[in-house]
Amino acid sequence: MRLDKIIKKLELEVLANKNIENNVDGVYIGDLLSLVMANANENNLWITIQTHLNVIAVATLVGLSAVLIAEGMEVEDETIKKANEVGIPVLRSKLSAYELACRLYELGV
Amino acid sequence: MRLTYDLHIHSALSPCGDEDMTPNNIVNMAYIKGLDIISVTDHNTVQNVEVIMKVAKKRDILVIPGIEVTTKEEVHILCYFRNTEDSKEFQDFIYRGLPNIKNNEKLFGRQLLMDENDNIIGKVDKFLLNSTKYTIKEINDLVNRLNGALVPAHVDKKSYSILANLGFIPNELNIKTVEVSSNYFSLSTKILNSLNGYNILKNSDAHYLGDINEPVMFLDLEKKDINSLIEYLNKSWRNKG
Repeated sequence: MRLDKIIKKLELEVLANKNIENNVDGVYIGDLLSLVMANANENNLWITIQTHLNVIAVATLVGLSAVLIAEGMEVEDETIKKANEVGIPVLRSKLSAYELACRLYELGV
Repeated sequence: MRLTYDLHIHSALSPCGDEDMTPNNIVNMAYIKGLDIISVTDHNTVQNVEVIMKVAKKRDILVIPGIEVTTKEEVHILCYFRNTEDSKEFQDFIYRGLPNIKNNEKLFGRQLLMDENDNIIGKVDKFLLNSTKYTIKEINDLVNRLNGALVPAHVDKKSYSILANLGFIPNELNIKTVEVSSNYFSLSTKILNSLNGYNILKNSDAHYLGDINEPVMFLDLEKKDINSLIEYLNKSWRNKG
């Protein structure tokens, strides 16, 4: 499913908007970046509460379609800056990872 | 000069620290074990450090003011300072960044302040094991401003470790020294590769007296003083591959 469609349906806040027409193929949830590096798959939408700059590096490394920050966590400016530089979409929602996962499942992601 | 060390010890002020971890017990155990340099690094506080420095003078053990901070990313970071004033300034900042949650003594243990005779002189109210609201970068910036040294703790562990939580060590922090918890020879190849070019310390992270380091780890310092140790921790040792 296309990311822009997900953004619309889940009313996600867009913090970094490069490549939001990316295709999303599956979801990965996790806050330990070492595990995300090991276990997430290419084109996954990644739901996390981590906001450190390394999030963007990991997303690039794995080839994730986007990073979705749950629970309305505050995101560092440099993380957004880096995301725009390398073209990783960063989205945010007030919902928890669980609620987001349920909504994504209903959408058929 | 080659000096033995243990730069990561918890006193009874850490809720998880055994109540036998009193100033005199820690210093005397370090003395019996033959350690030259120690640091007491309680969670997000330095309030037992000064008294331990005082007690250690009698034993000719060098104590470096230290603290184990929990960053917003839930990474444990050891921070060391040149004097108690700097460490207190740093601690005040850290303490302000802890959430206002009281310690539950039954669940976590007491957070005890002690004097040089091991008397309990008070307790810390806020629960010290929480994460502060500061990012690793904000903490690093303040340590640098105070001319201290920052060392990521037990990087080989699966929790509260910079490698587990952040996947790799961010270059812009300019970190030179890291701490491992296990023997160098039992580290996985993956961990060893991540640590290529870093200076590596092995401390005990002792919560009980018996766990304090044996005198088998060495530092090579110019002099047995705090400044030499800070310089050592902030020095580039090898070219990073």
